[in-house]
Amino acid sequence: MRDVLAAFVEELRSAGIPVSMVETLDAADALPHTDLSNRENLRATLGATLVKNPRHYRAFDVAFDVFFGGRRPFAEADPSPEGDHAGAGGGMDDDAFREAVIDALLSGDRDALRRLVGNAVDRYAGMQPGRPVGGRYYTYRVMRRLDADDLIMRLLAALAITDADSAIEDRIQREEVEAMIAGLRTDVDDEVTARLVEERGAEQVAQSRRIALLEDVDLMHATRLEIEEIERTVAPLARKLATRLSHRRRHGRKGRLDVRRTIRRSLGHGGVLLDPQFKPPRTSKPEIVVLCDVSGSMATFARFTLQLTYAISSELSKVRAFAFIDGLDEVTRFFGPHTDFADALMKMSSEASLVRRDGHSDYGRSFEEMVEGYADAIGPRTTLIITGDARNNYRPAGAHHLEHLARKARATFWLNPEPRRFWDTGDSVMSSYSPLCDRVEQVRTLRQLETFVEDAALSRSPQRQMVG
Amino acid sequence: MPTSWSTPSDVAESLADTGYLSDARIAQVVYLAATLNKPILAEGPAGVGKTALALALAEATGRRLVRLQCYEGLDEAKALYEWDYHKQLLRLQSDEGASWDDVEGDIFSESFLLTRPLLEAIRSPEPVVLLIDEVDRVELETEALLLEVLDSFQVTIPELGTISAVTEPIVVLTSNNTRELSEALKRRCLYLHVPYPTIERERAILRSRVPELPELLAEKIARTVASIRTINSRKPPSVSESIDWARTLLALGIAELDDQVVSETLHVLLKYQSDIEKASKELTLPDGSGAVPA
Repeated sequence: MRDVLAAFVEELRSAGIPVSMVETLDAADALPHTDLSNRENLRATLGATLVKNPRHYRAFDVAFDVFFGGRRPFAEADPSPEGDHAGAGGGMDDDAFREAVIDALLSGDRDALRRLVGNAVDRYAGMQPGRPVGGRYYTYRVMRRLDADDLIMRLLAALAITDADSAIEDRIQREEVEAMIAGLRTDVDDEVTARLVEERGAEQVAQSRRIALLEDVDLMHATRLEIEEIERTVAPLARKLATRLSHRRRHGRKGRLDVRRTIRRSLGHGGVLLDPQFKPPRTSKPEIVVLCDVSGSMATFARFTLQLTYAISSELSKVRAFAFIDGLDEVTRFFGPHTDFADALMKMSSEASLVRRDGHSDYGRSFEEMVEGYADAIGPRTTLIITGDARNNYRPAGAHHLEHLARKARATFWLNPEPRRFWDTGDSVMSSYSPLCDRVEQVRTLRQLETFVEDAALSRSPQRQMVG
Repeated sequence: MPTSWSTPSDVAESLADTGYLSDARIAQVVYLAATLNKPILAEGPAGVGKTALALALAEATGRRLVRLQCYEGLDEAKALYEWDYHKQLLRLQSDEGASWDDVEGDIFSESFLLTRPLLEAIRSPEPVVLLIDEVDRVELETEALLLEVLDSFQVTIPELGTISAVTEPIVVLTSNNTRELSEALKRRCLYLHVPYPTIERERAILRSRVPELPELLAEKIARTVASIRTINSRKPPSVSESIDWARTLLALGIAELDDQVVSETLHVLLKYQSDIEKASKELTLPDGSGAVPA
């Protein structure tokens, strides 16, 4: 078991989950107190000792199922796919087979379902030993041939007899049917995995099934599911950013006299007030202004940055958000503390005036509008955050406008979701803007954003510090 | 081992006796924590029974519960210990003229110590359950205060030396995940992610907390609440809110949960007007008192 544990920890680390030495030892200590024959107990033990972040659970589960799935592939148990076994669905045609799957799903008969799933993989996956194909491909083939959409329709039709016209019951049933199909997909996946592990060994299969951790998902190409999950983790990050920006000055000027601590200290010298204590100075309230490119190419990323802004605005009171395409408008009003984010996005796209000409990004013009219309939004305590790919569609960069804004701000940060190597290629004019900013960061993933947040407090350029 | 638990199912059973329904994962982690003497860090959305777990543990083991409620600005003096300087001053004034050596040893002795929850848990002669609630509310720097306690169940007071635990406490930390806790803290704990319960478990919880609730209604409530949780709302309904809902329905004498009833009582489950509007729209409910049309 120790060897398997070591290999498993190795796999978790390769997937990007930080597992320390101490935690590995904890897991080893915990194993003797775990009923190893029970898969869920083992999962609980390893999860509690090795994985300390809910964001990592999905990757953990994938690896766990490969290493400790512990199920023999079905084909081993019943090596007669041709035989007409009752319940196994061996000799049925496709339609009858689907009918059998539906019956098993509806009755919740796990054993029948397992047999059918094993059979479905025999029938439809077309697995060949040695073929360099990941398991997900086989799962996809099986589910396609089973026709998941059709199954959903038939299941709904079968259930609908039980209840009449209730909108809620309708919705619940639809969700439950979708959950059944998701469960079926997982079963197929497990079966495929079990066969692959048999053939190739756990380490190799785990490697091929490894999924990106949420913090490493590319925000520009994230799936809807990933975006939803990312959005759930934005709030803690926004809080962190807010506290980092309210940079506490520990040295220099002191605050008011702290009577309680002064008297407390005086006890050391018989009640004589030798050593006055001061309260730390009040934390400065930072102001944040966000300029966000929301043009088509930036849609996914913009959604994410606006969500971050929205989350920050519930932490700090002085947050103003501006969105632009080839025109700029203030959008703060849409993202107030008591609004719903999705609604706010819809309202923004229908009500804010962001397009002046053709709806392609125009950074120069947008900065100019910022200078003309909202220059007073930026003061010496303002942190200016600009998000965009600086793809200006070959229009004038208008860097002097940005310079004007940046000079007034406490600090200017530019977050660019494009990989660094693409900057200044084609119509990207990043280098006209980057010297004007205190920091220019490539932010494609949550992890990069987190790094940016960590460093944000330290980020005043040397030149600015000399000026004061 | 502090208790007579010899398998995780013993844990589940004795928790169930107190009215707390665990699942296989919770039972396994609690069992490990008790066996290996490690703190549990329970993290998850508000209102899924993280604090209740600690309360149930205290009841199940017959131990006293020592609770440290965390908040922003919590410091050493409130969490660990403080010298009772009023008393120290009185002591100094009451016999002026005594030799300094006598007095010094005296005023920094345990009788001048005000114990706060962490020290109290360590010094308690009977074993206790220590609950450190909402640990994500303290600042990152304050977290460090907890490390010595969690690591080796001891507290170091410069004037007195190190005080080690006489008995080994069961420690439960809870966090609503409003910020990420430090690696150092997480490393010392067994991590227990507590998500919303499955439909089956929620139904069982409802039945155990509201015994007069009919089986069918409990089932329907659990399914409806699970469905409402999938809506991306500001504050999804927690277990405590679904219990409130069950009680409300009982009090109103409602036996059947149809669209109209859900619509009229939605405000028990959802606490923001925007959430209520959104849920009504998504569930395509008829207008009720809870759902004001936009």
